[in-house]
Amino acid sequence: MANTAVVVNEGNPWRGGVEPMKASYGKLMMWFFLLSDAFTFSALLITYGMIRYSHPAFEGAISDFAFSQEYWPIPEMVFDAVPFVHGIHAPLVFVGIMTFILILSSVTMVLAVEAGHRMDKQAVEKWMLWTIVGGLMFLGCQAWEWSHFIAGTDLAKNVGSNLLQGASLTSNQYGPSNFAALFFFITGFHGFHVFSGVVINFAIFYQVTVGKMERVGHYEMVEKVGLYWHFVDLVWVFVFTFFYLI
Amino acid sequence: MEHQTSNVQVIPADKAKIMKIWKVAGILAAITIVEFIIAFTVPAGGAKSFVFIALTIWKAFYIVSEFMHLGHEKKSLIMSILLPLLFVIFLIFILMVQGASILEVLH
Repeated sequence: MANTAVVVNEGNPWRGGVEPMKASYGKLMMWFFLLSDAFTFSALLITYGMIRYSHPAFEGAISDFAFSQEYWPIPEMVFDAVPFVHGIHAPLVFVGIMTFILILSSVTMVLAVEAGHRMDKQAVEKWMLWTIVGGLMFLGCQAWEWSHFIAGTDLAKNVGSNLLQGASLTSNQYGPSNFAALFFFITGFHGFHVFSGVVINFAIFYQVTVGKMERVGHYEMVEKVGLYWHFVDLVWVFVFTFFYLI
Repeated sequence: MEHQTSNVQVIPADKAKIMKIWKVAGILAAITIVEFIIAFTVPAGGAKSFVFIALTIWKAFYIVSEFMHLGHEKKSLIMSILLPLLFVIFLIFILMVQGASILEVLH
């Protein structure tokens, strides 16, 4: 590394200057932070699994499905709306678009890191900007998803004793109250990670544009925020499966 | 500010490396599309959930190993990250048992 002082440590690895895992201190600590974050998200998703498992499931043909507080809803019947087209049953389409946006922004982040290795400032700027745009698009989609979830769908779709519309932390039209509470908590916690990721990405993007990385001599900071950003994408892959698909 | 020419040497891009990144991206997109096809064609059940979880772990492998570059790190770093995740498997087991018991008591 260009900016690290060379420490002479003959025979004693504990005097510093060596990297036993061939990764810098900052990168290593980012990895361990992400590990702890992975535990948090695992706990949340496993809690979702447990609470869902402790409620009865809907039994019967999917075409007969109606929202009820008595059993856990089928996700594709809840998340079936797309912006600008009203009243069309398009299950999982919108959340699929969100997934692709996040995967693409992860790809642009890899390209930014790769350009950083080549000291190509212009390319780093370009790809980091695309990453930030992708993150903002995802946040916009999630804002729409949340407001639609909270406002609720047409009551005409609700058959039976269900007279609620929309969702709050205490009750919702889709199913048991825990369903909406978990939706808000898990996608909210992930969304907050995306938000902080965009903020951190922007901070590093700014430092790149003013030439800080060239003065320092390497683009390792881009690599570190890259790790965080990929982790956010990784978590979404799991949220997508456990919240929307299963 | 005066104009300053940068004396930083830009190394030209390695085409093969860039191609590899887009290839991994293509695999991730393809797995997601397969998930969608399964979601709409296969009836719900234990086998369907199992396939979804397997595909998710497959995607996670590509993201962590290639995008996050963990697959190319030293083995001690790989193990430091992967082994602690065994606790997650234990938590899944213990809370599924708990969930089944709650269902039995309440319903």
